Amino acid sequence: MKYLLLKHYRGGPTPAVDFPPMDQWTPEEVDAHVQFMRDFASRLEETGEFVDMQALSAEGAFIRYGGQGEPPVTDGPFAETKDLIAGWYIIDVDSWDRAVEIAGELSAVPGPGGEPLYEWLEVRPFLGAEAPKATE
Amino acid sequence: MSELDALTEARIRDLVPAVIGVLVRRGADFASAEDAVQEALIRALQAWPDDPPRDPKGWLVAAAWHKFVDAARSETSRQRRELAVDAEPPAGQAPNSDDTLRLYFLCAHPSLPSAAAVALTLRAVGGLTTRQIAQACLVPEATMAQRIVRAKRKIEGLPLDRHGDLATVLRVLYLVFNEGYGGDVDLAAEAIRLTRQLVALTDNEPEVAGLLALMLLHHARRESRTGPGGRLVPLAEQDRSRWDTALIAEGVAILQTALARDRLGEYQAQAAIAALHADAQKVAETDWVQIVEWYDELLALTGSPVVRLNRAVAVGEADGAHAGLAALAEVDADVPRYDAVAAYLHERAGDLASAAELYAKAARGAASVQEVEYLTREAARVRQLLR
Repeated sequence: MKYLLLKHYRGGPTPAVDFPPMDQWTPEEVDAHVQFMRDFASRLEETGEFVDMQALSAEGAFIRYGGQGEPPVTDGPFAETKDLIAGWYIIDVDSWDRAVEIAGELSAVPGPGGEPLYEWLEVRPFLGAEAPKATE
Repeated sequence: MSELDALTEARIRDLVPAVIGVLVRRGADFASAEDAVQEALIRALQAWPDDPPRDPKGWLVAAAWHKFVDAARSETSRQRRELAVDAEPPAGQAPNSDDTLRLYFLCAHPSLPSAAAVALTLRAVGGLTTRQIAQACLVPEATMAQRIVRAKRKIEGLPLDRHGDLATVLRVLYLVFNEGYGGDVDLAAEAIRLTRQLVALTDNEPEVAGLLALMLLHHARRESRTGPGGRLVPLAEQDRSRWDTALIAEGVAILQTALARDRLGEYQAQAAIAALHADAQKVAETDWVQIVEWYDELLALTGSPVVRLNRAVAVGEADGAHAGLAALAEVDADVPRYDAVAAYLHERAGDLASAAELYAKAARGAASVQEVEYLTREAARVRQLLR
């Protein structure tokens, strides 16, 4: 069952931990973060659960059809929008629970002081994959 | 099934353009000939490890011709019209190297979009399978197959008897070189193989030799360009003992022969710059003054804003960061990596606050995950100096 793990530059629930942008960390903190991400990807490959990983540029825009004979309408770049996707993982796992477990590990990526970032990740089942039970 | 080693496979692939040439001379159109050879090639890659033929080229010609005849027959019965195709091939004239050269021109035809020209060159000249090309370019195989079909349709009917634009061929080969490597195919090595072949086919045309020299000199540094975990290592910090001295020596020799013919072009100028870097045992020994002179030549030849940007870096090293910033002031700020260069020069000029801002900005506009990581770390490093 395939799941999309979306990482956002902006958007999602209120951050659990407030942290400064990465260029204001120490070089060692940046290194530790990068190393964690690499190890995470190779662990998923080893378990046979990795499908795809992509990082997106922070630049982009919303586009829609502009009507007959008219050029497409552009909204953006995204300076004003609340939500901005930074990239994704696609994983192929046995259950929703496993997808949640993996997302939890990814969210523990270290930030300043080597502390976990507790970053929100959006986990979306592909159609047909086990979905989370609705909670009250 | 046993696997072919890379060398054997490369030797098979060497035969592909010649076999396409034979089929075309026997009356096949390019698109059908290329398809037939591709199918024969896939069969060869499966069959040869266990049962190698005594005459590989003859085997490929025979297999491809059969595929072609089969395809033409089914086409004929479908369309209910006669095709001038005979199961017994007419005796073709002796293979000639011009056929291969013409294939280069056809596959890199200026009417083709770059990605299509790259794919077609890799298939018809390089003899790679669609699957290998798709893996190397990181796109699905069906997408790549379709890209190739459309490219062939676009050049349908173009005569295979005329030479085209050498500059586009070189550009396509350089694109292949820079495509890097994915799957089991090393496109940089493949580009070197194809450029080497083109040097021979064009009687050492200086710009072709210049491109080959440039590729060899870059390739020589490949091992040292990434650190643990794929981290980017900039030229100044590379472990020069890991540079491949044999490749450098070959690149320099090829470049010197090309330059001696006194027909300078952009690839020779770029190779000259790469050679000057390769020549320095330590980064401090780099002859930046000469490098700036070559950038001036290169700028006169191309007028390229990217060259102007790189020239600003060299000026910064030769004449100091302030001179570099003055040179940078003449560069369009929209050029890729402008912010990274600006950051570097500002740091060298002692303006750490601007440098940190610019590194962070450069990271936001970077072209790969590795670049984002590298530039973010640079921003963090400079910010730490400010504390």
